[in-house]
Amino acid sequence: MRLYSVLRTSTKLLMPPIMLFALYVQFHGDYGPGGGFQAGVIFAVAFIVFTLIFGPVRARQVAPRWVTTPMCAVGVLLYAGVGLATLLMGGEYLNYNVLAHDPHHGQHLGILLVELGVGITVWAVMVSIFLAFVGHDGDDEEEDDDPASAWGCDEGTLIDAREDDRA
Amino acid sequence: MIPSLNASTVLVQNLPALQVVLPLFAAPLCLFMRPPRLAWLFALAVAGATFAIAVVLTGTVQQVGAFSYEMGGWAAPWGIEYVIDPLDTLMLCLVTGIALLVLIYAGPSVEAEIPRRLIPQFYVLYLLCLTGLLGMVATGDVFNLFVFLEISSLSSYALVAMGRDPRALTAAYRYLILGSLGATFYVIGIGLLYMMTGTLNMEDLARRLPEVADTRTISVAIAFLAVGLSLKLALFPLHKWLPGAYTHAPSVVTAFLAATATKVAVYVLVRIFFTVLGPIEAFQTLPVAVHETQVVSFLAIVAMLSGSAVAIFQPNLKRLFAYSSIAQIGYMMLGISMVSVTGMTAGLVHMVNHAMMKGVVFMALGAIVLRVGRPRIERLDGIGYRMPVTFAAFLIAALSLIGVPGTVGFISKLYLIKAALADQHWIMAAAVVVSSCLAIIYIWRILEVAYMRSPPADAPKVREAPLVMLVPLCALALANVYFGLDTRYTVGLADSAAEFILNYQPDAGPAFEHPLFDGGAHGQAGETSGQGGGHE
Repeated sequence: MRLYSVLRTSTKLLMPPIMLFALYVQFHGDYGPGGGFQAGVIFAVAFIVFTLIFGPVRARQVAPRWVTTPMCAVGVLLYAGVGLATLLMGGEYLNYNVLAHDPHHGQHLGILLVELGVGITVWAVMVSIFLAFVGHDGDDEEEDDDPASAWGCDEGTLIDAREDDRA
Repeated sequence: MIPSLNASTVLVQNLPALQVVLPLFAAPLCLFMRPPRLAWLFALAVAGATFAIAVVLTGTVQQVGAFSYEMGGWAAPWGIEYVIDPLDTLMLCLVTGIALLVLIYAGPSVEAEIPRRLIPQFYVLYLLCLTGLLGMVATGDVFNLFVFLEISSLSSYALVAMGRDPRALTAAYRYLILGSLGATFYVIGIGLLYMMTGTLNMEDLARRLPEVADTRTISVAIAFLAVGLSLKLALFPLHKWLPGAYTHAPSVVTAFLAATATKVAVYVLVRIFFTVLGPIEAFQTLPVAVHETQVVSFLAIVAMLSGSAVAIFQPNLKRLFAYSSIAQIGYMMLGISMVSVTGMTAGLVHMVNHAMMKGVVFMALGAIVLRVGRPRIERLDGIGYRMPVTFAAFLIAALSLIGVPGTVGFISKLYLIKAALADQHWIMAAAVVVSSCLAIIYIWRILEVAYMRSPPADAPKVREAPLVMLVPLCALALANVYFGLDTRYTVGLADSAAEFILNYQPDAGPAFEHPLFDGGAHGQAGETSGQGGGHE
């Protein structure tokens, strides 16, 4: 890919505006078309373009597994956490009114945080799925796959169980 | 500004939401728990808490009747409403109870069958699946139900694909394709209902549908809903995803899905056809198949006979009981299709009882997989003496499956036959008896191998399953006997649920505020339960 300098340069030029547009879609979603899902997809598109041009190995350097996998969870936690916060503050689940002194501000804050959660999860899941398909998902943390020892069952039976039962 | 309610009031008033939100919140947290035991114990604690919530909700409903909860403080026809009524509490207790027992059992089995690095993900998916199932039960909004249907389905596809056998992938793929078709049909159906009524709230739909009942759009919607939900609950000709998925999934997943997923799908069918479409009697107007037998009854009878007959010839026990499940779904649908209180009670009771039987059966098979390997019938010579406790539990569930008096299976079949005879459906009663006889054949094949043959001389020494697996297994097996003798809880709950669902009238629907809320909140309660717009 060293030779295609046009592609490489234009990718580098395109990436910041794509990401900036994603952030615009994310945070302007309260007022106009947009929101977390669309923003997350657009933000992931920047990474997908990068992967297409520079390859999955370098893409994994930019978005390593230890970032993308937890981020899948963080977004959901943010969403559910806002709901739990409203519960603890005396409202119903996801009743943003109680988040601030003025219900209007509460609604703004609530939807902003919830959509941010959606955006983070969608971005992380899109990038994870794409890199998994591209194939360099780097099973670097392949641990010792010895399930038998822990509960004292016989290793022999497990190997046996892995065989195909030709039904 | 912020009402300073005490903690218990906050907790109690929000139980319908917490029932669903707790596993949803806990699921992603599991991802951060790398040690398998930690993830297991955490998931276990969460399942215990959801079960406790379900029990408290059941008590509340018994005291004050059905009640609802407004998500986000938005009033019902506009916002999403969670409704907890007698039928819901029955299902919530069933799903959370089974989820808890299967999770206790899961520890060793999961460590043996799932690669170590995937175990946290396994518990994430398990809790997400639980979230979806509970959400489907608790919600009072048809589209919200679709969302939870997808949450539970997508996570169960992934759970099935975690099976060790490479064929788990093709089984999961088939399950994915057919399950998505079912979900799509369901969403098309509610889309058509929305087109005619402009509402997605179940109670509101039931109120508005009679005006437009005679339009072709509603007829098409009913057709889509019936086919989509039949796919999800694996009614006879639409069951092809089930045997593969149950056979190749990890043992824990099979036990959990067999005992809950199809049951919740049956619940959704009952909920949609008898409350949302209840006022226009959609279920009664489904086409007639043969003579005067309505199509669902007909398919249920075919399912009962063909499922049991095919099960007789299966060498793999997991597949055998998957086919038996198809037959058992036939029993449930047969009871429901009678559209009488006794019939509905029989269908609902069998839903609960079958969850108990199949929970035990698949948990016992999981223990055998752990100790012996593949659950093929020719490998199980004398297994009844090699793993006595596991097989004793299995024996109880197997007898229950046949319908021996003193077990829950007898209660279901008794009510089914009673309902069939009351309405003079002779063929249905005969089908129940014939299918039970077929069940004797396939159960006998296993028991003969397990108890009447001696283990081969060169058979490796097999130990009994670990204690953590035996405890939930035996507890559920004893439940099979206990609820077979004392039917107050199961039949009582099912009877009140059947009574409620068949006499459902939208106007007599749930009150719009939590009954415990006004009483215990020291006067500040009414304020917070206000509408979405104005809290101040």
